[in-house]
Amino acid sequence: MIAIPVEHCLLLSVMLFCLGLLGVLVRRNIIFVLMSMEIMLNAIGLAFVSGGARWGQADGQVMFLLVITLAAAEVAIGLALVLQLYQRYRTLDIETISKMKG
Amino acid sequence: MSLELFLFYLASAVAVFATLRTITCLNAAHALLYLISSLLSIAVIFYLIGAPFAATLEVIVYAGAIMVLFVFVIMMLNMGKQTVEQERSWLNPVIWIGPGIICTVLLAELVTLLVQKERLLETVIVTPKEVGISLFGPYLLAVELASMLLLAGLVGAYHLGRPLTQKQPGSIK
Repeated sequence: MIAIPVEHCLLLSVMLFCLGLLGVLVRRNIIFVLMSMEIMLNAIGLAFVSGGARWGQADGQVMFLLVITLAAAEVAIGLALVLQLYQRYRTLDIETISKMKG
Repeated sequence: MSLELFLFYLASAVAVFATLRTITCLNAAHALLYLISSLLSIAVIFYLIGAPFAATLEVIVYAGAIMVLFVFVIMMLNMGKQTVEQERSWLNPVIWIGPGIICTVLLAELVTLLVQKERLLETVIVTPKEVGISLFGPYLLAVELASMLLLAGLVGAYHLGRPLTQKQPGSIK
């Protein structure tokens, strides 16, 4: 029987989440912002799976599946928006779209 | 220390290091490769904590499909050497201070909450069969909603990804 402390799984998940948050806050290139959001979603998935593994239930992996679905939809829309941004302004700087009229 | 525990800590270290490199890397393609190695080490962790189905999905869907989308976009935008210089000018060390403080405070809070008590995770392998039964039993509505979300994502990406016409605002002639 393997015994991995569940806290350490959660600690890893928290560290990855904070790194992803740091990436979202710091980077100006929109592709890196999207990558950092992927890191955050993946950290959340890790927390779900380790929680499910703690109790030996399948629910954690079901939630992980839903998180993956969300990430796929998010990244498809996000990258389409990146292409639109690049076609319109010829840059990937998110500062350029801070002056949108809306 | 058992082999599994050693592998767990090694994969965790690789994941954290690769993620750190991802958010600090200047070249988008290199950052993507670091991100993929981070995702693969998390797949190893999933396998170690008894979730082989999640590990498989992580490799196939995350490191396979989603990252391929990033590769396509990076190739389409054709970011060369001048974008590395641009990134270097955007990322001066001063701007790391504020977000770094925020994230460190958040991390410290969560870590102090987590290290109160240590419970061992007795690894029970949750087979794909159990996941499937759970997925198409009590979670059937969630699966339907996920499929509708994917459909909405497909339609939205198709709508947004079309080429620009001349009359739209902001287009550069």
